[in-house]
Amino acid sequence: MTAAQREKIEEALFPPVVAILIAFVAGDIIMLNFNQSPLVVWRLLLEGTWGNAYGFGQVLYKATTLSFTGMAVAFAYRAGLFNIGGEGQLAAGGLAAALVGFALPVGFPALLAILLGCLGAAAAGGVVGAVPGYLRVRFGAHEVITTIMLNFIVLALLNWFIATRLRVPETLHTPEIHAGAIARLSAVLPAFHGSAANLSVLVVLLTAIAMWYYMFRTRGGYELRAVGLQPDAAEYGGISVGRVLFSAMTVSGVIAGLGGINFVLGYKYYYEDGFAGGTGFLGIAVALVGRNNPFGILLAALFFATLSQGGLAVNAFVPKQMVDVLQGIVIIAIAASVPEVQRILLGSRRRPVTTSALDSQPAATEPPAAAV
Amino acid sequence: MTSSQTSAREPVQTPTLAVRMHDISRSFGPVRANRDASLEVALGEIHALVGENGAGKSTLMRILGGLLTPDSGTLEVNGRDVTGWSTPDAIAAGVGVVHQHFMLVPTLTVAENLVLGKEPTSGGQLDYRRAVADVKRLGEETGLVIDGTRLIADLSVGEAQRVEILKTLYRGAKILVLDEPTAVLSPPEVKELAQVLRRVRDNGGTVIIITHRLDEVMSLSENITVMRAGETVARFHTADTNPAEIAQAMVGRHVRLTTREFAIVTESTAAANAASASRAGNAAPGAPSGGLEVRNLLVTGFRRSYEVNDVSFTVKPGEILGIAGVEGNGQSELIEAIAGLRGIAGGYVGIGGRDVTSASPRERTDAGLSHIPEDRQRRGLIMNYSVADNLILGMQHRFTQHGSLDRAAIAEYAREQIRTFDIRPTDASLPARALSGGNQQKVVVAREMGGGRDYSVLLASQPTRGVDVGAIEFIHARLIAARDAGKAILLVSAELNEVLSLSDRVAVMCGGRFVVMMPAADATEEVLGEYMTGAREAA
Amino acid sequence: MNTFAIVTQVLRIAVPYLFAAAGGVIAERSGIISLTLEGYMLGGAFAAVVGTFYSGSPAVGALCGIGGGAVLALIHAVASIRYRADQVIVGIAVNLFAIGITRVFLKLMFGSSSNSPRVDGFAAGYGDPLLWLGLLSTPVVAFILFRTVFGLRVRATGEKPEAAASVGVPVHRIQYMAVLLSGALAALGGVYLALDQHQFTDQMTAGRGFIAVAAVIFGRWSPLRAGAACLLFAAAETVQIHLQGNHVIASQFIEMIPYVLTIVALAGVVGRAIAPAALGASAP
Repeated sequence: MTAAQREKIEEALFPPVVAILIAFVAGDIIMLNFNQSPLVVWRLLLEGTWGNAYGFGQVLYKATTLSFTGMAVAFAYRAGLFNIGGEGQLAAGGLAAALVGFALPVGFPALLAILLGCLGAAAAGGVVGAVPGYLRVRFGAHEVITTIMLNFIVLALLNWFIATRLRVPETLHTPEIHAGAIARLSAVLPAFHGSAANLSVLVVLLTAIAMWYYMFRTRGGYELRAVGLQPDAAEYGGISVGRVLFSAMTVSGVIAGLGGINFVLGYKYYYEDGFAGGTGFLGIAVALVGRNNPFGILLAALFFATLSQGGLAVNAFVPKQMVDVLQGIVIIAIAASVPEVQRILLGSRRRPVTTSALDSQPAATEPPAAAV
Repeated sequence: MTSSQTSAREPVQTPTLAVRMHDISRSFGPVRANRDASLEVALGEIHALVGENGAGKSTLMRILGGLLTPDSGTLEVNGRDVTGWSTPDAIAAGVGVVHQHFMLVPTLTVAENLVLGKEPTSGGQLDYRRAVADVKRLGEETGLVIDGTRLIADLSVGEAQRVEILKTLYRGAKILVLDEPTAVLSPPEVKELAQVLRRVRDNGGTVIIITHRLDEVMSLSENITVMRAGETVARFHTADTNPAEIAQAMVGRHVRLTTREFAIVTESTAAANAASASRAGNAAPGAPSGGLEVRNLLVTGFRRSYEVNDVSFTVKPGEILGIAGVEGNGQSELIEAIAGLRGIAGGYVGIGGRDVTSASPRERTDAGLSHIPEDRQRRGLIMNYSVADNLILGMQHRFTQHGSLDRAAIAEYAREQIRTFDIRPTDASLPARALSGGNQQKVVVAREMGGGRDYSVLLASQPTRGVDVGAIEFIHARLIAARDAGKAILLVSAELNEVLSLSDRVAVMCGGRFVVMMPAADATEEVLGEYMTGAREAA
Repeated sequence: MNTFAIVTQVLRIAVPYLFAAAGGVIAERSGIISLTLEGYMLGGAFAAVVGTFYSGSPAVGALCGIGGGAVLALIHAVASIRYRADQVIVGIAVNLFAIGITRVFLKLMFGSSSNSPRVDGFAAGYGDPLLWLGLLSTPVVAFILFRTVFGLRVRATGEKPEAAASVGVPVHRIQYMAVLLSGALAALGGVYLALDQHQFTDQMTAGRGFIAVAAVIFGRWSPLRAGAACLLFAAAETVQIHLQGNHVIASQFIEMIPYVLTIVALAGVVGRAIAPAALGASAP
């Protein structure tokens, strides 16, 4: 293994390892505050998640949605874009899947129905993702703000739609779909009986492989990463930066929207207002810990899903809200450690040359650019 | 030691030293920017600190200014040991640094920038009126007159520099350090600056000027310190030395890198060039048709209304057209416009007879354009990408099968280019940031001019900036060979001697216009210099 | 409903926005992205309720609220300034953290998952000193920004921190102060909210912090314009409340107004919204 490869691995692994350690320490502190023994609680947490089939099934279920939103964030991030709109894109995708499933007649061929449902979810997410993409390319409107704002707008729109158009009375969800349900995992592996885990897991794995291949083996991925690293050089290299940015945001929305199938087609068989429940935002953490790599994201999603499910499992001892705190702490800690790690590694990677990094640019002042 | 010490006409007592830096070392990670460097500047003198790019001059001055602390060594100012002091300490002690890249806030006014950090107050509030008055007062005292209410963003480069100097004087600077102050000034502005500096000296101040312009060094300074590779290698008494001697100290060999000695290597390039040009004629047989045609080009900017103002010229196949001019007169914008990286407000660009005026960069590449950009780290290379990935930048579609990249073909192509262009280290999977400046430039050159690149027009912008001597000679040879093979080459360089030695025709760009065009045989530094300064107007 | 009552309602709705937007302006002007206003507000609300509950005095509660906001702001500041973490990510994280920690303490101290016990507040309506402080918050920040030494340094830091550092301005310290100030101000918005409702409920800020962000951007980082935007948004909300029975426009569409307006502002339709040049960058 060359030095360069080793450093790459170091840089990739360090933050997630830090994440797990920080979660341990912070969790210990909280548990002690509730007069619980950390060892006992952590063991219970593990038993409740990876220790039994139902718990593990729940972990898989949650990790599936988180993987989708995480990959969505990572895809955009590789192009240099910040997609904070996962929440709205996910919800829109879910509704689209429900509408497709509802519109199709009962008895429609199952696989085709699922495919159509997925397409609907992807398309809806893509539309929601395309809007900030367009605003960024055409007007220079920074996508951090537009995606956050669009979240509110989309969620309000969806809420209005459900409340006024299509819901089962006394609830905030749509009627059940007629076709396109995705089989539960328990249909294949009976041990998972009762858990929400379903074969969307296969979809997410395929998506991860597809994303990896696209990013690192295709010309499109080469161009996308170039834009994310140095847009000036990408432009010089003949890459249409605007086109890449727009399509990256759109695809990012597609991936997040696709995540909607987990809840709608795989679990409840209807769309429910608020089902996204923060997983769009948590996708940011997943992408961060997963270092914007699809397979790292799968692992990071499992990590966060374990925390989440584990919180439920130990709720009698420590309130499950502890998980929210842990998530926040982990994200801050990772975000803080990434630049440090990069600084350290980059410093040691540079060649020994007596060059001052401070010479050689013509002095000029530029007008401030439109940013956030 | 220094030649001044061998002179017999020294006064008996030692003049007080304004600055004494002794055995200063400073590293940035593995980069040793200063190694046991030293500097002695007498009170009331103008002292020149010279050296090539990367010699460590800026680092040393930043230590003096308190922006950096040395890893070892001592710093004495006015006889006091102040090693490791901070910027506020330095400012309080009267050390004022005028940076190469202006430290001015564009959205604030002159007065606000002037007083920032040492703001006058009245009743707890910022006393803005007093700040404006201070600008006026200082202007009258020093001759650096400027209106305090103007926004920095609206100033010219020369005016902005005036503000920078005023900032230091406002804080009572008695020791003025200027880092490459004339790099972006037009010649009349340079004269003004020289006057200002002499006035400062006459008023009892001390000036340290970092520069690589040896003509300025000779006319302005009293003493010179030369740095090379982080060390202090020589000290001279200006009256007792000459540019050739200084340049040799800067480079340490009989091979050259400064403006003056650069001339010697470029002379040999020019000789080889002339010989080969007379052999090859204007276009080699079977050379690709082509050539660059530019008509009435207009490019808007923010400082001037037109950065490129109605420029027309052609570059025939098999010739090098060199553009000389002080940086900032539109050369960068011209190149970017031709390359399709900057919008055009009007005019025509043709490559090989094809109209590419509204074509994308990719389309221009397909039409036969290659471009060595002036900023390789921003434009020319993706620093985190491997050498191999950088070698295909702009040509990635040629290595694509059904959307996927053909990694084997890329690797083979990379191996070939690395060998041909002697790129080191030879591992194509290393990130570009791991290479030296010269090797990075060779990657760019390999990509833009190497085998497999089908081009007829080459834009070469500052092709040897920040590059070591060996690579310079290599690149120059490549440019001449390309010219001989019938390529049309547009060369832009801040180094006048590079332009003179490589070009068949020379144009001068001033204020966004071509003010003159002449065969290289007729071009001399003096004549070109007059056009560059605007002393001679366009015919 | 008479005009005076409507105006009062607009003002009361605007107060949390005004506080938070005032804080947002000063932090962003110093170059630190402030998506955390929501978290500060929530933390301030909770701390205020705890303080009032245990001391019996809303004034003490208000001070506790400021403290709560300041603690969250400190976390944000340390991560962003000292550790140069990506400010967007830290912002999201601090908000998540605020939600979590208030929930945990809500459970720990009051044994509830949804709300705290009832506490006293200040007098209602115009008798509430926080109302007046809120209305003054944006003009005060305008004064600080444009008439004081600190404000000049903040503006310089947010535009070109290297320039400020080169003249000895303690750039990091300025940013810390700006962020802490923003935490205190935004927290006061939450304090007003909680004491006005006489209790803390889970996630009671309900996105107000993001409306404040919208106001900052829509107001192009000018305190007075941001304040005007807050009033505009509050007015729209008031209209919506009164139209509720009429179904002329569904409430969700009124809800969307601040967000749509912000997007419109960013698209340059109402003049280019240009942020401080060094916003989000790690100062040297």
